[in-house]
Amino acid sequence: MENETEGGAAKRFLYVNRKAPYGTIYALESLEVVLIGAAFEQDVSLAFVGDGVYQLTKGQDTKGLEMKNFSPTFRALEDYDVTKLYVEQEALQARGLSESDLVVPVQVVNAKRMAEIMEDQDVILSF
Amino acid sequence: MKFGIVINEGPYTHEASDTAYQFVKAALTKGHEIFRVFFYHDGVNNGTRLTVPPQDDRNIVKRWSDLAAQYKLDLVVCVAAAQRRGLIDASEAKRHGKDADNIAPGFRISGLGQLIEAGIQADRLVVFGD
Repeated sequence: MENETEGGAAKRFLYVNRKAPYGTIYALESLEVVLIGAAFEQDVSLAFVGDGVYQLTKGQDTKGLEMKNFSPTFRALEDYDVTKLYVEQEALQARGLSESDLVVPVQVVNAKRMAEIMEDQDVILSF
Repeated sequence: MKFGIVINEGPYTHEASDTAYQFVKAALTKGHEIFRVFFYHDGVNNGTRLTVPPQDDRNIVKRWSDLAAQYKLDLVVCVAAAQRRGLIDASEAKRHGKDADNIAPGFRISGLGQLIEAGIQADRLVVFGD
């Protein structure tokens, strides 16, 4: 494998985020897996498709929902060496969003490229 | 082949747990290995022994317990997801001052690291959910 760690060959993990940040718990609990998984020194990527792109938008205000705004946590991912964030271009466009609306630097890729990224993975967890 | 299984939905509302059960049973019958079944999100509710489904319906929880006993399956419920949803074993009940536990036979509560480990150790990690 391409990526070697001290413990042996790392696997390529991709976390696919498909859902809006609030309304269901999937996004929050996905992020919890990413943070725990970071300790395992695997090759980690995150993908944001469909409504999942809303997880990364700036200016989230959850006071009225009485839920925790967890979007700042995405900015901490860099400290966990999680730096490969892929966002589906078509999903952004369909929602009138652009890269400048997002809380972290990402790589915007089209759906075809996203499919190739998925093809390259060993483990895909979709939320 | 060595499979890891993830179940992300609770019993009855979604068919995910049923489909996963049929998949696991078929894989075992064909001689494959199931490294672990990991229950996450509402999937943790598959591990409560307090369900009482109608007698003419399948008993999803008991079915998992029986399969675990037959094949020594490792059924793991995520502790963080379980705590949110009131799925608890005896030691967790004691630690949090709760008056009861409800985990079904064959299930154990552990951390998300068990999910990552399943991804690393298994040849294929198969996710069942919404």
